[in-house]
Amino acid sequence: MQYLDFEQPIAELEKKIDELNELSVGDEVLTPEINRLRKKADQLRESIFSNLTRWQRVQLARHPERPYTLDYIDLMTDEFIELHGDRYHADDKAMVGGLATIDGQSVMIIGHQKGRDTKQRQYRNFGMANPEGYRKAYRLMKTAEKFGIPVVTLLDTPGAYPGLEAEERGQAEAIAKNLKLMSVLEVPIISIVIGEGASGGAIGIGVGNEIYMMENTWYSVISPESCSSILWKTWEYKEQAASALKLTAKDLLEMKIIDGVIKEPLGGAHRDFEKSAQAVKEQILKSLKRLNKMKPAELIDHRIEKYSVMGVWLEADQNS
Amino acid sequence: MAWFKRKDSNIQTDKKKDMPEGIWVKVPETGETIHRRELEENHWVDPLSGYHFRVGSEEYFSILFDGNKFTEIADDIMPTDPLDFEDRKKYKDRIKQTQKKSGLSDACRVGVGKLDKHNVVIACMDFSFIGGSMGSVVGERLCRAIDHAREKKYPLIIISQSGGARMMESVYSLMQLPKTSAKLALLEREKVPYISVMTNPTTGGVTASYAMLGDFNIAEPGALIGFAGPRVIRQTIGRDLPEGFQTSEYLLEHGFLDFIVARPKLKKKLSKLLRILRN
Repeated sequence: MQYLDFEQPIAELEKKIDELNELSVGDEVLTPEINRLRKKADQLRESIFSNLTRWQRVQLARHPERPYTLDYIDLMTDEFIELHGDRYHADDKAMVGGLATIDGQSVMIIGHQKGRDTKQRQYRNFGMANPEGYRKAYRLMKTAEKFGIPVVTLLDTPGAYPGLEAEERGQAEAIAKNLKLMSVLEVPIISIVIGEGASGGAIGIGVGNEIYMMENTWYSVISPESCSSILWKTWEYKEQAASALKLTAKDLLEMKIIDGVIKEPLGGAHRDFEKSAQAVKEQILKSLKRLNKMKPAELIDHRIEKYSVMGVWLEADQNS
Repeated sequence: MAWFKRKDSNIQTDKKKDMPEGIWVKVPETGETIHRRELEENHWVDPLSGYHFRVGSEEYFSILFDGNKFTEIADDIMPTDPLDFEDRKKYKDRIKQTQKKSGLSDACRVGVGKLDKHNVVIACMDFSFIGGSMGSVVGERLCRAIDHAREKKYPLIIISQSGGARMMESVYSLMQLPKTSAKLALLEREKVPYISVMTNPTTGGVTASYAMLGDFNIAEPGALIGFAGPRVIRQTIGRDLPEGFQTSEYLLEHGFLDFIVARPKLKKKLSKLLRILRN
């Protein structure tokens, strides 16, 4: 298990526990001490995780051992058929999708995909989709609409890929088309941020009737690092930027941008894949129960009304 | 009464900062100087080199609306600071300073009037207001423009010039992408034409939403248009970018624009397009 900088006190305790465990093989003299330290570690974890800063949440959202889209699919669905390709250019490995059943209900699941080790990370382009990724998502959403199947999108990207070929093939156009399509898609859409929700790359599959964020994730118009580099002219102010951007699940719930926060196991989603996937699954089923009752026109109105009120401005008529 | 309410809607503070001061203006590309009046008569385009000086909503409205007559709508929608955002400067102060300096209330204005006798709704962004960035006010004003076009069945023209979404409103800014795109989807259902005019620069969230969603996507020559900025791309790929990368001409070549039009011919071309559509 990898520990983040702010988890070091826990890491040290657990190392001590491991050492004592090794020493105590076949001997119960040390058991009380081990139990005492275990309890202390639990308390410490509880106290550290109940007071996380926004930057620490960002770190957790990027934890290399966090569950990714395909992990959730694996653990949540009864069946899954992955579908590939945008039919124009390529199959984007940073964007996955396919038909699945969750508790017997058919859904189209689409999500950003990150890689676990160096090779996989490169293969998945660090979860940064190219235009063909967004166009694959577009195609799968149209397919879902055609067959009346609800769409579930899982967001986890450090951004749409800012590369030369991505521009050449119309990264902006691909994202824009998805935004327009998703706002008037005739089937329910549920969007869940499972890791990083970075700007246009995230919203490109993120327009939903209901939007959720897992507890230790972030969603913002820009990453803290880029924000720091633009507004402070140096990368050093990422923590302040994270704080100023108010990018956590709790923040977005308060801003009424999202519909709810999905609780993670203590210590973060990576501590217990099963439990995390179960929580996400339960939320999807709850949302589907509500949304399945709505007719296509109602779903569209619901989505358009939801987005129409987003933003904060002053209006002379209302305030004078 | 709120602090922002103006009795006189035609208040103009200092002149815009888009155009350089003085009677003689230097053309950046050639280093030549040109008389201001000559430049103005040619819609702020250098007749020799074709260089397009950046101008804002005031100039575009005067170029496009017949007799510069139009009704401004949604101008009572004003910016605030929902996140209490502070970097090296407070966002509140940034808004006030920019308002004073630019004479604008935010980075987008909406006018309703006639273009060569065609009723149109024109929304125009202003780069001189925090880099033309899109926050809640830009998003809302655009939505009012789109709604107005839909209700009246007037063709919609959006002139973009923007570095992208406004950081100081964080996720609220991001949500303006789906918000405007959703309204455009409704406009499309009513079969009302939407022409997107991209000027220098059009990047980030603006390109990734309404700017790329026109029935007709057009641009001024030589404008920078893209999703990611050139600096970010250069850092990502670790090599220099080809000449002309992300220019209007490059986008036309790659199939993302219908045509490029020089500013002095913009009105005529739009009028022609609207005329053929109406026949």
